[in-house]
Amino acid sequence: MEYILKNGIVYDPANEIKGEKKDVCFKDGKIVEDVSAAAKEIDVTDKIVMPAGVDTHAHVAGPKLVLGRLYRPEDSRRGVTQKTKNERGESGFSIPSCPTTGYRYSRMGYGTVCEAAMPPLEAKHTHEEICIIPNIDINPLTLFGNNWFILEMARENKIDEMAAFISAWLKITKGYGVKIVNPCGSEAWGWGMNVHGYDDKPPYFDVTSREVVRALAKANEKLGLPHSIHIHPNDLGHPGNTNTTIETLDSLKDIVKSNSKAASVRDQIVHCTHMQFHSYTGTNWRDAGSGAEEVAKFLNHNKHVTGDIGQVTLDETTTMTADAPMEYDLYQLSGLKWVNADIECETAAGIIPCIYSPKTPVSTLQWAIGLELFLLTKDPWQINLTTDHPNAGPFTRYPRIISWLMSAPKRISMIENGEVHNWAEKRTSLATLDREYDFYDIATITRASNARVHGFTDRGNLSVGSNADIAVYDLEPNNFDPSKDPEAVEKAFSRAKYTIKDGQIMVQDGEIVSTKPSQVLWTNVKGIEDQEKAVLDQVMPFFTQYYSVKWENYKVHDHFLSNPIRVDVEMEGK
Amino acid sequence: MSYEPPITDYDEIVENCTCAFCGCNCDDLDYLVKDGHVVAVRHACRLGASKIMEDMDQRLIVPMVRGANGELEEVDWDTALDTAAEYIAKSVRPVFYGWSETSTECMKEGIELGEYIGAVLDNQATICHGPSLQAVQNAGYPIQTLGEVKNRADMIVYSGSNAMNSHPRHMGRYSVFPRGYFRQRGRFDRTVVTMDPKFSDTAKMSDKWIGFEQNGDYGFYNAIRAVLKGKKLTQNVVSGIPAEDIYELVEEMKNAEFGVLFFGLGLTHTLSKQRNIDIAIKMVMDLNRFSKWGLTPMRGHFNVNGFNIFMAYETGFAFGVDFSRGYTRYMLGETNTIDLLVRKEPDCFLVIAADPGAHFPNGANQHLADIPVIQIDIHWGPSTELADVVLPGSFIGVECAGTSYRMDGVPIYMKKAIDKPETCRDDEWIVRELKERVMKLREEPNVAPKYVPNPAAE
Repeated sequence: MEYILKNGIVYDPANEIKGEKKDVCFKDGKIVEDVSAAAKEIDVTDKIVMPAGVDTHAHVAGPKLVLGRLYRPEDSRRGVTQKTKNERGESGFSIPSCPTTGYRYSRMGYGTVCEAAMPPLEAKHTHEEICIIPNIDINPLTLFGNNWFILEMARENKIDEMAAFISAWLKITKGYGVKIVNPCGSEAWGWGMNVHGYDDKPPYFDVTSREVVRALAKANEKLGLPHSIHIHPNDLGHPGNTNTTIETLDSLKDIVKSNSKAASVRDQIVHCTHMQFHSYTGTNWRDAGSGAEEVAKFLNHNKHVTGDIGQVTLDETTTMTADAPMEYDLYQLSGLKWVNADIECETAAGIIPCIYSPKTPVSTLQWAIGLELFLLTKDPWQINLTTDHPNAGPFTRYPRIISWLMSAPKRISMIENGEVHNWAEKRTSLATLDREYDFYDIATITRASNARVHGFTDRGNLSVGSNADIAVYDLEPNNFDPSKDPEAVEKAFSRAKYTIKDGQIMVQDGEIVSTKPSQVLWTNVKGIEDQEKAVLDQVMPFFTQYYSVKWENYKVHDHFLSNPIRVDVEMEGK
Repeated sequence: MSYEPPITDYDEIVENCTCAFCGCNCDDLDYLVKDGHVVAVRHACRLGASKIMEDMDQRLIVPMVRGANGELEEVDWDTALDTAAEYIAKSVRPVFYGWSETSTECMKEGIELGEYIGAVLDNQATICHGPSLQAVQNAGYPIQTLGEVKNRADMIVYSGSNAMNSHPRHMGRYSVFPRGYFRQRGRFDRTVVTMDPKFSDTAKMSDKWIGFEQNGDYGFYNAIRAVLKGKKLTQNVVSGIPAEDIYELVEEMKNAEFGVLFFGLGLTHTLSKQRNIDIAIKMVMDLNRFSKWGLTPMRGHFNVNGFNIFMAYETGFAFGVDFSRGYTRYMLGETNTIDLLVRKEPDCFLVIAADPGAHFPNGANQHLADIPVIQIDIHWGPSTELADVVLPGSFIGVECAGTSYRMDGVPIYMKKAIDKPETCRDDEWIVRELKERVMKLREEPNVAPKYVPNPAAE
């Protein structure tokens, strides 16, 4: 089937197209140069046309999500809707059910989402959920930062072995890349402790967070994976953590980026996630302040780093992370119902509801720091829009964040008329920042950069040959000032005029018109099969003795993947 | 018990099979297969092994429909499926109950049918660990995988659970006896406490037995919490336990490096029901101020947790989900099977992999006798006597592969080892057939003409 999107105003940062009026053609799911006269014409005259959105970091599928849904029916009830011809009933606000997740992303014009934390032992669960989520492709990142085998290999600085281990585990779990969460800290949580700072060790393992992160970065570049290491540094949410964040990112400066084909797409050697939670100064929540300036300055001077924000949206939400000790700290602060889920030899997780109220100083400070990071980082290619869904707010708030970024008057009015607590003004520079994002910048931080960070070439752009993943928004950028009408921006980005995924029209005028099963993207490293086998032989006695499942039942069987997209990486120099 | 010589006469061994009995989901079973039958099982407990080996005992082999004379008559598959589909299509308040002994793949078909026709989907949690789920929604859920217990735990508490009898390999494989990474001496490195009014077999294996009074659990845990918070007990004896014993126990619990509380139906079904679990959860949370503590409910069926997980990711709610209005409703006491049955609401009942006839209260079963009941199961049971249509399924983990979730939420793909009896069908196939036939018989009710967003989620 051929289509032509007529006369849209195209924003395609990957091809440096900044709001040009042009047609976009696609055929059989791919973008093409031209189509025949028989092509179906879709008139989008003067409307915004962008590649479909790519989410760099969200928690959408897996055991944590299910625990959240299981124990928060009050959240599930918030989003209940009636089924229609095309849609099953929805549920949930901060932790929507799987079908709901797909529909809502689709309505916002998104096509690909990264599931940011998949514990290997329960990877099957994550994949089962991915199969249920419609309309979006998902690339899950496998958790490595507290894996016992990794800790041991990092201690002995065995980078080659670690690379083979990662390669094998990505195959076993059908993962896309390397996720690190509070390295060593979640292991320390096995004993109810945490690590403090980048050079601390967990009990019994004679290895520091620094050693683990550096080793994983080296192994990642050795393999030449499409995505860099994806790190949630130590000390999340603790006042004064700016130092830890910068120290972590700075320590990876000297690591040489792989020159493999897959890795050549991206610029970074480390992606730092939800930076807002890692940019606090002070010593406690009384004297806490913003470290955004420092972190943004670091980003502006260091091109080996990309980040996403984790913007607080001032909602009641559900926080969930593999940084379990941090969740316990939150539990002690708020006393709300607390979930913890430790996973043997691998990781941990915690969940707690969280109310980010604009009336409270800390939430407002977090809100302002996120926006500061957006506005102080000069290069939008280095920064991605996320809310670390659902941690700082649900992904359905992206349009609202876009409206904040595009309108300085809106931000100022929120501060001046007391919509937010006065800490926003007193403790951050937000009120003094008058930068406004334009649609080109928005396209960069919501699709182009996100795709590049993950090493995608077939999405996040409108190049000929790429997937026909396209979003059209009902705004006419040439006769519209987003700065003056943030509500219209939010409305338009909440309900895409069209969302097209692989050439199929999913959404029309904000309504789901069709659905398709999601596809999972996973990375398959070729060329080190022998090393993989050797490392498996080496870890097997340990595995047999200390895991609670048999090896044969550990891996993700093909049964759990529906129509996967395998990303092959050729190992070089072997 | 007489000596039984080991089985040597078999054709092949199928390794690493998963036991389809309790929530332990032991995945290290070896089946010895001869002539298409499992003749012996290695590594399993007596419960698991007997279920697997006696698979043909009282087995439902052919589909049956209850005839005009009130007797079940053998029929062909088409007739049975059509009759069942007609019952479902005609009903206005169908309930699909069970699911805990089948695979999530089968549940997928079930939810499609349930959403289409507007049924209530519910599982055995409604009569077993439902109070635990309620408590989790009140208080939280600090858990850990069983391997974490094996590797780290130095204090194990069983409360209201007789694991030795109900989950015979739990202590041996996961909690008490195994040599874990930080517990190299196994049993000798752990303190085991059983809290139970009864001196159970588990209590006999323990270092300490706390035999509080029946229905004394809430008071007992309340006392522990008070002591944990530094309070002095004003009574000399709480729930039948002397105060000094409570102080001593609390001290031990505080000093454990990693403690785990396993609780069973003894805790969920005494007088205070979910409040017992509430306070047990809160006690575990309090203990985390001193050391590391977690808990795990001792789930009974091998996939009872799986259904709750499955429903949560499909609909946002764990069990007792009502689709009758075209959107999901979940209200304990209103949309759960027993409540519906005693209110005589359902007009059609599908029971899959469960035995309400044996487990439901009389009032509920009385209503079941009055309405069409469709049974999908592998064995005869009291429910068969209530059923109007009997559809013989297959044995997950033996005759058919499928996914299940262990009590701690670890997913396991249970593989197939032998073929099912020729006249039986896989559960997944049966439910899919029912779905397709119902869809032909009836238009989907309660479909909104247009998507209307929920303002609370905007």
